Amino acid sequence: MTDLVNLHISEALDLLNKKEISSVELTKAHLAEMEKARFLNAYITETPDRALADAAASDKRRANGEALGALDGIPIANKDLYCTKGIRTTAASKILSKFVPPYESTVSQKLKDAGTVMLGKVNTDQFAMGGSTVTSFFGVTKNPWADENGEYTLVPGGSSGGSAAAVSAGLCMGATGSDTGGSIRQPASFCGVTGIKPTYGRCSRYGIVAFASSLDQAGPMARSVKDCALMLHEMAGADQFDSTVAELPVPDYTAALTGDIRGKKIGIPREYRPDGLNAEVAKVWDKGIEFLKNAGAEVVDISLPHTKYALPVYYIIACAEASSNLSRYDGVRYTTRVDGKTLDEMYENTRTDGFGAEVSRRILLGTFVLSAGFYDAYYTRAQRVRRLIYNDFIEAFKNVDAILVPAAPTPALSYEAFKNMSPVDTYLGDVFTTPASLAGVPSLSLPIGLSDKGLPIGLQVIGSILTKTRFSKFLKYWKNRQDLI
Amino acid sequence: MYTIQGKTGDWELVIGLEVHCEILSESKVFSGASAKFGAEQNTQVSFIDAGFPGMLPKVNEKCIEQCVKTGFGLNAKINKFSRFDRKNYFYADLPQGYQISQLYYPIVGEGYIEVTTDEGTRKIGVERLHLEQDAAKSIHDMVPGKSLIDLNRSGVGLMEIVSKPDMHSPAEAGEYLRQLRAIVRALGTCDGNMDEGSMRCDVNVSVRKVGETALRARTEIKNVNSVRFVMQAIEYDAHRQIDIYESGGVCRQETRLFDSVNLETRPMRSKENANDYRYFPDPDLLPVNLTDEYIENIRKNLPELPEAKKKRYIAELGLTPYDAHVLTLDKETSAYFEAAIVGRDAKKVANWVMGDLFAYLNKNGKSITESPIKAIDLGALVGLIQDGTISGKIAKEVFEIMAETGKDPASIVEEKGLKQTTDTGAIEKIIADVLAANMDKVAEIKAGKDKLKGWFVGQIMKASQGKVNPALANQLLDKKLGEV
Repeated sequence: MTDLVNLHISEALDLLNKKEISSVELTKAHLAEMEKARFLNAYITETPDRALADAAASDKRRANGEALGALDGIPIANKDLYCTKGIRTTAASKILSKFVPPYESTVSQKLKDAGTVMLGKVNTDQFAMGGSTVTSFFGVTKNPWADENGEYTLVPGGSSGGSAAAVSAGLCMGATGSDTGGSIRQPASFCGVTGIKPTYGRCSRYGIVAFASSLDQAGPMARSVKDCALMLHEMAGADQFDSTVAELPVPDYTAALTGDIRGKKIGIPREYRPDGLNAEVAKVWDKGIEFLKNAGAEVVDISLPHTKYALPVYYIIACAEASSNLSRYDGVRYTTRVDGKTLDEMYENTRTDGFGAEVSRRILLGTFVLSAGFYDAYYTRAQRVRRLIYNDFIEAFKNVDAILVPAAPTPALSYEAFKNMSPVDTYLGDVFTTPASLAGVPSLSLPIGLSDKGLPIGLQVIGSILTKTRFSKFLKYWKNRQDLI
Repeated sequence: MYTIQGKTGDWELVIGLEVHCEILSESKVFSGASAKFGAEQNTQVSFIDAGFPGMLPKVNEKCIEQCVKTGFGLNAKINKFSRFDRKNYFYADLPQGYQISQLYYPIVGEGYIEVTTDEGTRKIGVERLHLEQDAAKSIHDMVPGKSLIDLNRSGVGLMEIVSKPDMHSPAEAGEYLRQLRAIVRALGTCDGNMDEGSMRCDVNVSVRKVGETALRARTEIKNVNSVRFVMQAIEYDAHRQIDIYESGGVCRQETRLFDSVNLETRPMRSKENANDYRYFPDPDLLPVNLTDEYIENIRKNLPELPEAKKKRYIAELGLTPYDAHVLTLDKETSAYFEAAIVGRDAKKVANWVMGDLFAYLNKNGKSITESPIKAIDLGALVGLIQDGTISGKIAKEVFEIMAETGKDPASIVEEKGLKQTTDTGAIEKIIADVLAANMDKVAEIKAGKDKLKGWFVGQIMKASQGKVNPALANQLLDKKLGEV
């Protein structure tokens, strides 16, 4: 029998269309796998009844020869930041732990319309704030890649750690993620899967719990570039409810995956290779460069001079926006509430109880940088530097077709190591991903090699704004983790 | 110039107004929910207005258009680039935890409003007009110990119109507000009903010794909801400030509330003053970029503004500035007036509108749109006087019947037989009878007591039940007296 939980989406679609498997079989196999892998804690909420009903409906459509969605019958998971109508959506927080949205996010609706089967809602860092999925109110998610002792002691990365772990462990065929400063690309690297942070404005943010509005972007996570392309095609596109979405047609990403990259120029920015770069990461990066050279691409050194400012600029802007975005969780309407003698006391009690330490820290940081007397020194200046970082990329893309850099400074860390890090040290984990976030350029993270201890290490391919079809030609080259790792 | 005489000398006032106008639009400024006033509580609320997770604002283009229109009404610069900012603060009636407003780049820049008071006509500067969303409404007195929230108002579009500190008397501030209300009403951008809260006013007032050029600390008086209250609040607070200075104290900048029962201002709790709003550009919304064509298109289609209308009434219709002012204060009145004057003497129509009609409406608590007398019928009534069909005296009688029945004046005159008598034979007969019955008075006239002629005209009118044209009666009376 086919190993149903290790198929690619493209392969499963093929088998479904040939009627060799049914969506119900595929869904049941994943539900069984989810049960076995509960110890990973990838899911916050499982929706098996709905999944089986959706799968049966898909099978019926196929049997009756009705019109099918592009992903009809494919079981997926949604990051628990995507509001799903009638299904609890928590943002992995206590304050939203009882929130059941009466509406559906645009992107999850589009995936539903494409015929996907939702298995459940996967874990994340609380309000997507973190790079480890350790800050979730619903407990840590474990990386399905075991350590050298065969123990599950590693973090999956974050914030889309539940998505990455579920895709990696065969608990869904693909998952939605969201990326604010690396939240798709870094967990993809830690868990050995592929993920795309599209150009800012490619996917609607409507109905996705906001972290930092000018940076948040929905994206797919799956087991191959082609699967991500298939998913992104369904997720992207204009939306009347989000004025920041590009009103442009969505290209056929999979058709652009020709694999022919002869003569293309790939930039290697020198600022991403600081002294003391993790040797294993450096080795994988070199390996990636070799792959591309062998495929006929031209590799050139480039400079993105403002790279070193990206991390502080990111934390100023993201926290500033978050401090405002999270104000609505105030105990007055749909959140948990802890009463107080006055309105202010109720706010204080509710928010102190409802937000975890990392979320509180970022709200405080953001409140501080926006305060009278500090605004210009922090926020205004950060916006100016953000423009310079964007200009760096615009300049670079005059000469190169894509940029190749590491996705994370290390392979997956252990909980032990993570726990002992200061907040600022954990922020350093975003050093390679925040520049593309600030510039709004698309970036794909995919597994290229293994560390000495056998852990996956991913690289990012960064493209120019809305030129996904152009740079997706490269992506065919990186097929999937089975080929490469 | 308006001054207040204090113990230590004369003081002048420096006044600026911040007026919030709810925008007339079908839906709210950032959501599709209805913006209509007066619906049942919490029935006009989208998930956006209630600040649900993941909800995003989307600009209602109608609100942009209304701001641009109003900008033209304020003789102001329309900014082709504007942007939205978030004003952050916590309150139970602010579901998002921030208000979307325009701090740094408002949609309308500097302009002015012409204001006429006893002291003459002055241009009062407008600093800016910006677009923002309204908060929900807190209801504190319905359930003891609890505050209730009505989200219907949450997200309704507001234009905040900020004046320069250019006004110097309560009358000037009151007139600025009336004029602003006339402008937004004429443009159809706000209904200007201060009692319903669709137009709300914050008053900034400070005092200084006559001759001083620097500004002293100002009081901001929040949410004053009628023109009269605005004037009273200014009056009260100016005196309060002067008393403080004259008794050796110093005023500090503070926010106060107007108590319309005791006609005084009192301080708000200091905590309500201590906000740091942490403004920053709203990342959910794109900047607003207006093209020249868009702006020009709105300008071309603007209705006539009160100021222009007033000038036209004076120049073309020969009205006095006062009459022109009163008739252009709101667009319903001017519309009524203009419908009534077609083919009639405009000045006479103006007298009827401002005299009998206003008196009737006031007495019966009706607005001009509720008038039982249609504009065209009031015009017809003036027409009947003009062509000599009825006298002015009979017209008053006809007016009363029109108000009562809503009928047109011609049929009333016909039904009641009120037509003026022009048959000289019949009139001469009446005169002859009156003279015959009062020969003693005829003798007095003959003896030179000319004043008695008026008394005879009155008797003739009485005998004819007012149906004789008074001029004709006079003429025929002279003739008859000559014959006696």
